Amino acid sequence: MKGASLAYARANDVSHALELWRRAGPDARLLAGGQSLLAGINLRLNEIPGLIDISRIGELRGVADLGDRLRIGALTRHADLQADPLVAAHAPAFAQAAPLIAHAAIRTRGTIGGSLAYADPAAELPACVLALDAEIVLRAEAGERRVAAENFFLGLFETALRPFEMIVAVEVPKIGPNRRHAVLELARRSGDYAMAGLVLAADVAGGRLHDVRLSYFSMGPAPVLARGAMAALDSDEGVEAACAALGTDLDPVADLQGGPEMKRHLAGVLLHRAVAGLLGHSPVSGGNHGRG
Amino acid sequence: MSINLSALDRPNSYIGRTVPRPNAPRLAEGRGTYVDDITLPRMVHVAFYRSPHAHARIGRIDAEAALAVPGVLRVFTGRDIAAVCSPWVAVLAHLKGLKSAPQHAIAVDRATWAGEPVAAVVAESRAAAEDGLAVLEVEFEPLPVVAEMETALDPETPLIHPELGDNLAFRRVHEAGDPDGAMASAAAVVEATFHTGRHTGVCLEPRSILAAYNRAENQLTVHHSTQAPHMIQTVLAKHLDMPEGNVRVICGDVGGSYGIKVHVYPDEMATAAIAKIMGRPVKFVADRIESFSSDIHARDHRIKGRLGVDAEGRIVALEIDDLTGIGPYSVYPRTSAIEGNQVVNLCGGPYDFANYRARTTVVLQNKTPTCQYRAVGHPIACAVTEGLVDLAAEAIGMDPVEFRRRNLVRDDAYPYTSAANMRFEGLSHHQSLAKLVEMMDYDALRAEQARLREAGIYRGIGIASFIELTNPSPFMYGIGGARISAQDGCTVRLDPDGSVVALSGVTEQGQGTEAMLAQVVAEGVGVPVERVRIITGDTQVTPYGGGTWASRGAGIGGEAALQAGLALRANILEVAGAMLQAAPETLDVIDGEVVEKATGRARMPLGELGRIVYFRGDTLPKGLPREMVATRHYITSDYPFAFTNGIQASLVEVDVETGMVRLLKHWCVEDCGRVINPLLVDEQIRGGIVQGLGGALYEHCVYSEDGQLLTANMADYLVPMAAEMPDMVVAHVETPTKESLLGAKGAGEAGTAGAPAAVMNAINDALRPFRARVTAMPFTPERILAALGRIPERRF
Repeated sequence: MKGASLAYARANDVSHALELWRRAGPDARLLAGGQSLLAGINLRLNEIPGLIDISRIGELRGVADLGDRLRIGALTRHADLQADPLVAAHAPAFAQAAPLIAHAAIRTRGTIGGSLAYADPAAELPACVLALDAEIVLRAEAGERRVAAENFFLGLFETALRPFEMIVAVEVPKIGPNRRHAVLELARRSGDYAMAGLVLAADVAGGRLHDVRLSYFSMGPAPVLARGAMAALDSDEGVEAACAALGTDLDPVADLQGGPEMKRHLAGVLLHRAVAGLLGHSPVSGGNHGRG
Repeated sequence: MSINLSALDRPNSYIGRTVPRPNAPRLAEGRGTYVDDITLPRMVHVAFYRSPHAHARIGRIDAEAALAVPGVLRVFTGRDIAAVCSPWVAVLAHLKGLKSAPQHAIAVDRATWAGEPVAAVVAESRAAAEDGLAVLEVEFEPLPVVAEMETALDPETPLIHPELGDNLAFRRVHEAGDPDGAMASAAAVVEATFHTGRHTGVCLEPRSILAAYNRAENQLTVHHSTQAPHMIQTVLAKHLDMPEGNVRVICGDVGGSYGIKVHVYPDEMATAAIAKIMGRPVKFVADRIESFSSDIHARDHRIKGRLGVDAEGRIVALEIDDLTGIGPYSVYPRTSAIEGNQVVNLCGGPYDFANYRARTTVVLQNKTPTCQYRAVGHPIACAVTEGLVDLAAEAIGMDPVEFRRRNLVRDDAYPYTSAANMRFEGLSHHQSLAKLVEMMDYDALRAEQARLREAGIYRGIGIASFIELTNPSPFMYGIGGARISAQDGCTVRLDPDGSVVALSGVTEQGQGTEAMLAQVVAEGVGVPVERVRIITGDTQVTPYGGGTWASRGAGIGGEAALQAGLALRANILEVAGAMLQAAPETLDVIDGEVVEKATGRARMPLGELGRIVYFRGDTLPKGLPREMVATRHYITSDYPFAFTNGIQASLVEVDVETGMVRLLKHWCVEDCGRVINPLLVDEQIRGGIVQGLGGALYEHCVYSEDGQLLTANMADYLVPMAAEMPDMVVAHVETPTKESLLGAKGAGEAGTAGAPAAVMNAINDALRPFRARVTAMPFTPERILAALGRIPERRF
């Protein structure tokens, strides 16, 4: 299919982008990596009057060390997350998640800001910012505000972004010496949207996990914090208890790959593997098939 | 009658050698010319409004807004097209009882599947045509949908075509021997129900056509991505009411076809009709979304099977009950009954047994039409047969390799007629099995499997023997009344500079036909392969032929090319004899030179002979034949079909917690007769295996209960991709057909035929400790987890 014709303007900087957007109207879209947006345009899913191309705004790109946290610019590409030494050292979940996102060509163009703004419930990065307790930095012409990841994802493709407001960065606390991350997912083929996926962050000490943050993706209309399972692991009730808690934490909907029972089952399998990995019982890496 | 293998030591011996494909650099550099690369003066584009309903009455079509869109030129309805393009009914006389209804290029009155063309918008660009589609208003009155094939024949199910009387398109029952008696006396009878998932071909280059009509000459020229240009020429002429000679079909580069591009498609017929109406070149290139709902689907079968064995593990009887849903129409002109027919013909094919009963029931439904796709019926028959064979081996406690050893038709039993009445000239099941077992180190794998099982790692080994039908005679289509050529021809010409041009009726689809032809012609004439140019895919230029299907390119087209090459060589030697004052039989052509046969001494380069023949013919004796062009045709006549055989093995690891299957390794030993280009054959086998693995694990056209295709994009319709593919080991046994000099039988479908069965058996071997079994393809994690009892079953 061919997209309908639409207007296009390239922004020089953030304020220019916001100004162009206001002039184009609220239905105009920001073009960053374009990896979901352009496919949607070609499928004529929405009537989009115009695109404001923000992809060359230098200030939105790159990772900065802010002392206790990292600032990841909205235009930072998945391939950059995969390779960035600061990310690897201080927020390894992003580096683990990045190779699981689609294919190399898409990772080379797709951006973290685009992924968060699109809020696909099957995407890895929204679940990462949730588990890592990151803040999303937003800017509108009126000024900047910060929204905790927990308050950012509201539903299916729905976020806390207001009209004419854009993501400029993600700020994520650096991990402490005992903090470990695990990102696991199960996908039919490498690069596919996951049937089930999790991001686990925890301090590992004394052979158990503390201060657990656990988020799931592909488990419902939005990435979800598994609070019951987190509490079970925090109070050292064991993985089985945590898995049992997933029964109420997660309310997955059926898709082509499986029904809710299968998704819940896989969520439990992934949790077993992720916890075992963090405790050193078996190797954990991104692993498309849920193992190294 | 087979070609002398000692000739393979000649400098220009190419048959049996890996020779680089002449078109590979061009295609790899992006210098190919596909239909969409062609732009003609005054060309316009057509896009189709496709029915959003699986079954609906078409009401008013309001084109006013669409016609107001800038760039939009015309809007056509079914009736507009029907005025110049007659409908077709796809039946064949030899498929007794097959029935279908008249099908129009654009639906008239009623749409019968979601995706059927309902109107066409013609514009100056594809984008403008889609702008027109977006505002075209079509009223529909939804009708009851027949989606489920299991209930298609129930009395309460509505009729798709009331004039047909029922939803039954075709039924065939075949019986041999005494299956009931044999089953009753069997030591063990195993049975199972198998499902093969509906899937499709997913060509890299979608279906494409550019039709140009010249009123001054009443000439229709069609650039078409097709496997069978002459068949399309015939069909276009017939339904557009033109003399066949006034229709020219040109087929340039084709980006894969797999059987998808050997059928007549309504949108393509409409494109040609619009070109005739408008007198302008009209281009239609299917996009990916419409490809999923309008390319033919295939393999939508449910098969119940029973196999009886005696106490020694000999197969005594096989019973098959096949049911398939083919969509609302049988597809023109090859019909949609062939696949079910093939299941009947091929089940049990590798094995020696006499008592057989098979039934296929082909029903109509409101889904995308199905038709012949690579390895028609083979993967289905192979999965059923090999699945039952493994069950039987297990039932009597015999190793599956030993079970096959006892039951495969003996290598010295040929000619052999199977229980399905298929006649085999010569196959090599036992040689192939022995080679496979050695190649994969079967015993070591079994030992490793047992060791790993102790550690909670579940690996499985699956074996699948198969036969492949190739080189069809007119018994496949011609006797049924279809104007589809089983014969093929080749014209070989020597030009003045000593180079050779060969024109062939078989076609290049990206699979390397032209490389194969160049090798055969080079050897036949006696020239370096770089001096041979191959021309295919132009009905006004090449000999009339059938094109590419049923793995016939090498076996039929190759033999015609070899015979034409040899004939040209004889003509060359006659002239050379006159020029050199030598008896032609004392001379030969080697590496582009006329030589003394006995000594190999060079006498004259072909360029010199060409110079004399073409420019100084006055120096040759008057009356000396100087035909530097030779044409030969070839058709098989001793057997209705050639058959090849082979065996595959798959090693998988099943993650029993997630239901994920990891393909660890795959082996194939196959016997395609003469191997002309080992690299091409190996890659055909590998590509075929990948396509088979797709059907086994990934590919599935999933429909909702109301007939909506839920997997109409590349994110939801999963094709096999490189990362998941196993290492493959391919080897050959060569049993050339004695019917031709070349001895080639065909290799295009062997990989696809056996791979799904091998994987199914491997998965079930891995699951054996859990007493779990899967028989419905694709074998998804969900289905495997359900078989393991870890999650409830869900139906697709």
